[in-house]
Amino acid sequence: MTASNAPALSVRGATKRFGAVVALGGVDIEARRGEVLALLGDNGAGKSTLIKCITGVHRLDSGTVEMDGAPVDAGSPAAARALGIETVYQDLALFDNLDPAANFYAGRELTTPRWLPRGLRLVRRRAMAEATAVVLHRLEVGMADLTTPVGLMSGGQRQAIAVARAAAFATKVVILDEPTAALGVRESRHVLDLILRLRAEGLAIIVVSHAMDHVMEIADRAVVMRRGRTVGELIPRPENKEQIVSLIVGGNG
Amino acid sequence: MTSDAAERDAYPDTASPRRDAAGLGLAALRVGPALMVLVVVLAAGALSPVFFTTRNLGNVLSQTAVIAILALAQLLVIVTRGIDLSVGSTLALSAVVGAMMFGSIGSGPLVVLAMLATGTAVGAVNGALLVWGRLPHPFIMTLAMLSIARGLALWLSGGQPISGMPTVVQQLGGGSIGWFPYSAFLVIGLALLTLLLTRAMVWGRWIFAVGGNPDAARRAAIPVNGVVVSVYVLSGLAAGIAAIVNAGRLNGGSPTFGELAELDAIAAVVIGGASFHGGRGHVGNALVGALMIGVIRNAMNLLDVNAFLQPIVIGVVILLAVELDVVRGRLEERLRILQVVRS
Repeated sequence: MTASNAPALSVRGATKRFGAVVALGGVDIEARRGEVLALLGDNGAGKSTLIKCITGVHRLDSGTVEMDGAPVDAGSPAAARALGIETVYQDLALFDNLDPAANFYAGRELTTPRWLPRGLRLVRRRAMAEATAVVLHRLEVGMADLTTPVGLMSGGQRQAIAVARAAAFATKVVILDEPTAALGVRESRHVLDLILRLRAEGLAIIVVSHAMDHVMEIADRAVVMRRGRTVGELIPRPENKEQIVSLIVGGNG
Repeated sequence: MTSDAAERDAYPDTASPRRDAAGLGLAALRVGPALMVLVVVLAAGALSPVFFTTRNLGNVLSQTAVIAILALAQLLVIVTRGIDLSVGSTLALSAVVGAMMFGSIGSGPLVVLAMLATGTAVGAVNGALLVWGRLPHPFIMTLAMLSIARGLALWLSGGQPISGMPTVVQQLGGGSIGWFPYSAFLVIGLALLTLLLTRAMVWGRWIFAVGGNPDAARRAAIPVNGVVVSVYVLSGLAAGIAAIVNAGRLNGGSPTFGELAELDAIAAVVIGGASFHGGRGHVGNALVGALMIGVIRNAMNLLDVNAFLQPIVIGVVILLAVELDVVRGRLEERLRILQVVRS
């Protein structure tokens, strides 16, 4: 397998135990460039654990994570970010007291001069503000005022800021945890469009969602998990919605 | 930038006379604490012929210096959602250690160094036990330290003031150029340094990020523990610097120095509009808060107002300033919503 057609991210034989509880019992998934993968499953199916293992919050007990065909070790959230994986958490992990640019660059500030210890360097405020404006413009995220603290923005705008932040820094994979759970119809629409634009930019996208209609609409592939295992993989279409739901709840499983 | 231009085209100016008026009101409320100080200063000048004499102004500044120095550091702590109740006691401990050092060695630089080191060490213990001892809240850590540091100061000094300070310290606390006290220069210098730290440096961004959302800060790979420890270390250092000013002015060290000074510092920061929820606060406003307390005390002394009334007035001022800030927040939010709706 060559690097060019290898999946952007592949997880093989992932297991994770918390004490006696088997959270992941040998999970395989692949996320490919320019594709939206939906990760489905009921509460406790292991989706969050899998995501946290990929993003360096937890460590796998066994199994491998490969990116572009090469094994990687994301031992911390910072390491995962360095590998090109960005995550949009369900709580968004925004700093409500800071403006969009400060939110984008928190923990990865553009700084000068390089010979100083990181904390003591000067921030390049203008450069960060400009780069942020460019990304928001590219992703067609409309913001009236880029100096507004994000805490004063609407739910949809906050979600858009969080997604755009991930898009700005992800070079390979963007993971979104319930991106539309807290949004109204119109705001969900915006976020779904935004996700499709990220796909068009060639990123591999993993979406964890309970909103079946949204999954049908944007996902190219769906992996269903139950009790720490993958129990099915299919292409979501309106006609197999029933099948997906029964896979999730384990009705005819 | 082309994108900026595009942004502007996408959102043409939607200003209306009503919004301009609201914007003006908002601007006034933003500098509310400074306006309040101005009013108090003018009132004090009108009521007392002595207030605007250079001698009295110098007095106000040197009396405010200790509160101002402590407030600058308290601001950093409060921005991270913390609080440091121990600074008054730490000030006393530093002063006593300095005075004892002067008694036994007599070297000016060593005395200064000992006072700064004492404060810094107390701050480091606060920060380290808070973070690595996993204490549930900085209130508890620094409340305990308030007691411990005061006790140490009393125990070391035998409860007695120790007189004598080296010339350097005396000058820093009591000296002046003309009527302008050295301690006020010190405050200005420290304020500029704090401004540089908070506005221009990465570390300053981190303290606001940690105060705004500690979990997100951790996930963003910001060294949260280090940031938290650092603000308590700086707060301790500030207590050491304030001890130099206090001990220099009174030419000695006493275990009763700085009683309730922590509350003055916190009051100054709160009057300056910082939020206990963290992530919000401004250096200039904290100084204004300190000045407010200093001016009110001075004016009431000049006007011979019953000393028992002073704490009441200070309390009312705190409430007034915070209420103004609440109004400002509401108005600001409403304006932002208006802006969002129109765009």
